[in-house]
Amino acid sequence: MILELIKQPWSWYFSGIMIVVVMLILLFWGKSFGFSANLRTMCTIAGAGKKVKFFDFDWKTQKWNLFFLVGSVIGGFIASNFLTNPADMELSANTIQDLQKLGISFNGGLNPSELFSLESLSSPKMLALLLIGGVLVGFGARYAGGCTSGHAISGLSNLQVPSLIAVVGFFIGGLVMTFLIMPLVF
Amino acid sequence: MKSIKYILAGILFGIIMSKSEAISWFRIQEMFRFQSFHMFGIIGTAVILGAISVFIIKKLKIRDTAGNPIVFQDKEQSYARYIIGGTIFGLGWALTGACPGPMFVNLGYGYIAMLVVIFGALSGTYLYGLIKDKLPH
Repeated sequence: MILELIKQPWSWYFSGIMIVVVMLILLFWGKSFGFSANLRTMCTIAGAGKKVKFFDFDWKTQKWNLFFLVGSVIGGFIASNFLTNPADMELSANTIQDLQKLGISFNGGLNPSELFSLESLSSPKMLALLLIGGVLVGFGARYAGGCTSGHAISGLSNLQVPSLIAVVGFFIGGLVMTFLIMPLVF
Repeated sequence: MKSIKYILAGILFGIIMSKSEAISWFRIQEMFRFQSFHMFGIIGTAVILGAISVFIIKKLKIRDTAGNPIVFQDKEQSYARYIIGGTIFGLGWALTGACPGPMFVNLGYGYIAMLVVIFGALSGTYLYGLIKDKLPH
């Protein structure tokens, strides 16, 4: 019964409430919700601290966050194997149409196979786009001192002006990519 | 034992990100094209409810489970790093449809190609650490 309820696509308000629940759980455990810090920690574990000062810190203080990361991978696995709903995602018809013009088709799933199927990795162009996109996210998150969880959720909840500036930046970048760059590269 | 609880919180987070469809490349495109309220509703609800929660925690000086005061670190005051860094982040977010959390949730979901994005994000993080002192902050 409850499982059937969880399997339904979640409404935006329930999803929003649940994200705050995660933030509060971490706060009550004395931790601050911020996912991209893990990327820095992983660089440190790989030995980056020997060459670059920025990575020379006691990564064990971030161990909890790495466990959280491991959990998030497991959570994704559980969701896709046990909690899916057979219906297509209810994506806006306008979005489907706009993306079609870029050569990306909506298949009902979460991500387009043009970018995220294993076959797409044999295309040097798609491989380069995923790689460059990843570099931009990693570089930008550290430069801005946080990502969506650290700035848009934790930071805005604490009424931090710097976080608001960062979120404005997220949107400037997102709009430039969506409307100016993607039509050129796809 | 302590590690288990963080793994459980992460599992909850992964399920929330999946079921809310916030890990969807399509949903992020829909958001940046302003063609649905879905993502704005999720983030908006979280921010409003989060702000109320933080306000109450501060007002009532609520403590964490270990009995320590819950402290909120203020972000360092600056403009350049947030607007420039944020814009660079946004470029990547729209292109890959994934911010750092969803990259890993998607990997677990079965999108193995996300490993390329994760590798990119780690390289980007390293690059930042390398040239940090030369950037305006």
